[in-house]
Amino acid sequence: MAVSPKATDFFAASEAGAADHELQRKLESASARHLEHFAEVRDEFTPYENERATARAIKENALGRLDELIVELTEKLTDHDCKVFFAASADEAREYIVKLATQCGARHVVKGKSMTTEEIALNPALERAGIEVLETDLGEYIVQLRGEPPSHIITPAIHLSKEDIGELFHEKFRVSYTPEPEKLTAEARTRLRESFLRADFGITGVNFAIAETGTLVVVENEGNGRMSSTIPEVFVALMGIEKVIPKLSDLPHFLEILARTATGQKLTTYTNFLRGPRADGDLDGPREMHVVIIDNGRSAMLSDPVLRESLMCIRCGACLNVCPVYRHIGGHAYRSPYPGPIGSIVSPSLIGSSTAYLPFASTLCGACKDVCPVHIDIPRILLHLRWKETSSPAPPPWPHDAHRARAGARMFARLARYPRIIRFLGHIAAVLVKPFAENGWIGSMPPPFANWTKVRDFPAPRPGHPRPANSAGKSIRNGRS
Amino acid sequence: MNEVQLFSTCLAEEFFPEVERASATILQRLGLKVRLLKSAFCCGQVAFNEGFRSEALDLARRFMAACDPAMPIIVPSGSCTSMIRIFYADLPFEDAELTAKAAAIRPQVYELSQFLVRVMKVKRLGARFEGAVAYHPSCHLMRELNAREEPMALLSGVEGIRLVEVRDREECCGFGGLFSVKFPHISGAMLSDKIDRIRQSGAQVVVSNDCGCLMQIGGGLSRAGADIKVRHLAEILAAR
Repeated sequence: MAVSPKATDFFAASEAGAADHELQRKLESASARHLEHFAEVRDEFTPYENERATARAIKENALGRLDELIVELTEKLTDHDCKVFFAASADEAREYIVKLATQCGARHVVKGKSMTTEEIALNPALERAGIEVLETDLGEYIVQLRGEPPSHIITPAIHLSKEDIGELFHEKFRVSYTPEPEKLTAEARTRLRESFLRADFGITGVNFAIAETGTLVVVENEGNGRMSSTIPEVFVALMGIEKVIPKLSDLPHFLEILARTATGQKLTTYTNFLRGPRADGDLDGPREMHVVIIDNGRSAMLSDPVLRESLMCIRCGACLNVCPVYRHIGGHAYRSPYPGPIGSIVSPSLIGSSTAYLPFASTLCGACKDVCPVHIDIPRILLHLRWKETSSPAPPPWPHDAHRARAGARMFARLARYPRIIRFLGHIAAVLVKPFAENGWIGSMPPPFANWTKVRDFPAPRPGHPRPANSAGKSIRNGRS
Repeated sequence: MNEVQLFSTCLAEEFFPEVERASATILQRLGLKVRLLKSAFCCGQVAFNEGFRSEALDLARRFMAACDPAMPIIVPSGSCTSMIRIFYADLPFEDAELTAKAAAIRPQVYELSQFLVRVMKVKRLGARFEGAVAYHPSCHLMRELNAREEPMALLSGVEGIRLVEVRDREECCGFGGLFSVKFPHISGAMLSDKIDRIRQSGAQVVVSNDCGCLMQIGGGLSRAGADIKVRHLAEILAAR
């Protein structure tokens, strides 16, 4: 479900989301819970602000010499008997993994949570090759059962209540309905255990790849990442080029901030260090370990001085939790595996032109920038992308009303160069609409303001007619609102 | 310092014309001479935010030609101040002279409440206003200019005022400039939550320092038939 067929789907999907008050209620309570947990652990151990600054500095340094770090990582991984494959595109990565699975005769694939596999639309390709794919992260498992993509990068089933999940299990597994999380989790666990034991091929993402030691780090809370990477005979880790960090001693800074901002934990329950396939004398581990390192638009982002910063993202999902747009439309509306503020800045590069509207679908409120553990200036990147889209040879086709609004703004900007003319026009507009105003507000406006009055009243313009001075207090009762 | 420049912004001129006089009154009461910047109309934010950078550049040039970089420029808006003070740095001015002028002007630009509290070091302006007032912080003022305390400090110094708290007051009202008309459904959903919370707060007046927020929230209150007014921060601080 990585790519949507029609770009304008965003408008329809976000409209559906914006009208779904039930969805908004679920997102609000889940986000509030996240933020509450985050607040509790924020300043335990090392001061959080220091950790943010350190983590950012490490990422900055790593992005500056990514080429040499990737070479170092590859050498170390190869030394540990891993097979490393570089994929320039999503297609290359997907084809490599599907081919590998087919050649191994894989029947049952188990997956740890990985947004990058969503980016390359891996599951449908494996299924087309006749291979069963099972998501083993509980949230991913739930959305997979529903035939949906995840709606949040950390909490895939954030759009569902425990009652929704109870009904889903009742329907799919014919077990009696219960909304109790413990019972639902136990049910999923029993089923997942069976699947793990018969799995012959495992796939996970990667949170951090340490160049110095050739170690891939996968953090998770359910043990499913550990089982996906150790039980099957063949294991594949998929990572973007930006996941590499220089040294083992860099890691603790990231573990601290990721656990805190992503889930409000001091540390994730499982921190897996993956270095290679089973060695002689090892009791477990895969027979083969493959590492797929994917570019898919990332090096182009790296060469853009503004966009580059977005590669520092550690995929904690905190920006989604604080984003008022995300909380009002839900993750599915974005039509990208990467929704929310971070999704709006990386999707155009990683997913493609179907997501060209996302940088525009923001009020630039900056809540994301405030919360980002590595201080990514998301609003500034959104503005940069708006400019790039607008000046590209093939700008995205806007729906008629939005196009008209943009054209109107452009016209205004051109006229505003001539203050006398624009002021004169402002006075004319005020005279024209005056008969339609009631208590200073107008209920219905013609285009390009028609969309304004769809949802709220429009203030009657009154240039040159200020409310009398010192009347602010009195006018609460008598004046225009 | 005895003289400042005041740029009232295009939205204030067109929709809230009292903001200019109120801002000037406040500054004059502090003994400052106020020069109105009338030969510019718009800072260029609307074009810049939409990706129309050449139009934004034209407006920025026009604005800069109107001001004297040697004197503070007071803007009664968090978002217009952010545009000039912060985002002018991202505009690709083609000649060195303009780039230098932008660099000189940017630090001289102050949002009204920040100027009052941080530069003039005043909190009490001798204002008097009766009523239950909810303050709505504009996003750019809080998060680009980092002014969370200043407007509240000034409002707390107003005699007769009763400040009420709106739940999640730091959440965006959904205006976002052209966002409000390109994505009216999302903007409207955000606004609707904001209006509910304002109504629960018991406020009679919602105060903000950005005319965009005032248009959005005021329009939402009017549509909902709520008997709650919107006022610019400057109006409250100038009231006696």
